[in-house]
Amino acid sequence: MNQQIISAAAQGAAESASPLAPNLWEMGVVLAGFAVLFYIVVKFVVPMFEKTFAERAEAIEGGIAKAEKAQAEASAALEEYKQQLQDARAEANRIREEARAEGAQILAELKAKAAAESARITEQAYAQIEAERQAAVVSLRSEVGTLATTLAERVVGEALSDDERAARVVDRFLADLETQSAGAAK
Amino acid sequence: MIALALPAQDSGTFTPPGIDQMHLPAILPWGASDGFSKQMLLVILSVVIIASFFVAAARKQQLVPGKLQFAGEMAYGFVRNSIAKDIIGGRDFMKFVPLLFSLFFFILVNNIYGAIPVIQLPSFSHVGGAYVLAAVVYVTWIGIGIKKNGLKYFKLATVPSGVPWYILPIVVPIEIISNFLVRPVTHSLRLFATMMAGHLIVMIAGSGIEFLVMQENVLLKGASVLVLVGAVAMYMLEALIMVLQAYVFTLLTAIYIEGALHADSH
Repeated sequence: MNQQIISAAAQGAAESASPLAPNLWEMGVVLAGFAVLFYIVVKFVVPMFEKTFAERAEAIEGGIAKAEKAQAEASAALEEYKQQLQDARAEANRIREEARAEGAQILAELKAKAAAESARITEQAYAQIEAERQAAVVSLRSEVGTLATTLAERVVGEALSDDERAARVVDRFLADLETQSAGAAK
Repeated sequence: MIALALPAQDSGTFTPPGIDQMHLPAILPWGASDGFSKQMLLVILSVVIIASFFVAAARKQQLVPGKLQFAGEMAYGFVRNSIAKDIIGGRDFMKFVPLLFSLFFFILVNNIYGAIPVIQLPSFSHVGGAYVLAAVVYVTWIGIGIKKNGLKYFKLATVPSGVPWYILPIVVPIEIISNFLVRPVTHSLRLFATMMAGHLIVMIAGSGIEFLVMQENVLLKGASVLVLVGAVAMYMLEALIMVLQAYVFTLLTAIYIEGALHADSH
């Protein structure tokens, strides 16, 4: 397509210079212009863009690193918190266990104490009863002696031959004895 | 193309503009040759435009870029990542970013001139500039190859590995011709030819429209509309080619550099 146009155009300008022959001045200008542009690009444009890119990448990566650090800190805190919670639960369980054991112990101690107390009281009561019985025996013994003596006096004082009289004497004695013991009981 | 061919079939008085019209009269007649031409002015202007734009865009270095800086970073990042990094590879592409970046925008701006109404002249429609840039690239990639591999580089570049010995007498000359002789020529002429052809089409269409409008026959006058439609379509195509050629030139440069860097693995 371009060929046709060029050949058509070439017919109109047969004796023109070849389009492939360069103009040296133009080559010089292009070379110089490109050199200047290349220098500016190398010296300013690329370093500035690269610096910006690097800073941006650093900012983004720094942000990511920061976020990761915060994440790690948060998870560490969570871990710690969980640990503490677990510790606290274990502690509570332990305390509850202890309290239960202590309560059971206290109960057992109290029971033992109560049993001991009741035993002691029973013992004491027995001892008291025994003592009182002993005292009663002693006093009864002396009383019976006295009474026997008194009765003997009375019996001896009265005529012992009369059975009826003797029986009366005994009855009277026993009645006296009863009134005496009733008075003592009062 | 049909519309563009129309005027040539006409009365015969229409002479299409040729290569000669590619050479505008010099702005400043100076020296032995054509003097200071419009192309030279445009090349210098392009350096000013590119340098000032990118220095202004890069200067602020804000972490959150403004509009200008963002545009500059997009443009720079395109060359840096889509061309240099993708082609040359992750480890040592940074060294070549300045060259590729300069090449891409130098060619891009000088091509786009052709699509700007008043300027309407791609600088590389003259072959000299294309020769210069291709030569710079040629010297660069051969230099890289020698620096990397020593003189063994020429053996690596011309003797492909894994080829049976009896084919080598055929392959080696082909490799020498294609790598060291044809490559710089195609590299420069591709850019020059597309730009010159595009410029020529614009000129032919322009003069064709003018010629048709001047005709007395109403039908011929009306036919100028067809030429205009064709010219607009070609203009759009040219605008695309202008960007594409800048990309292709830079991409090929990156490929040549990559080939020189990793000559031992090709």
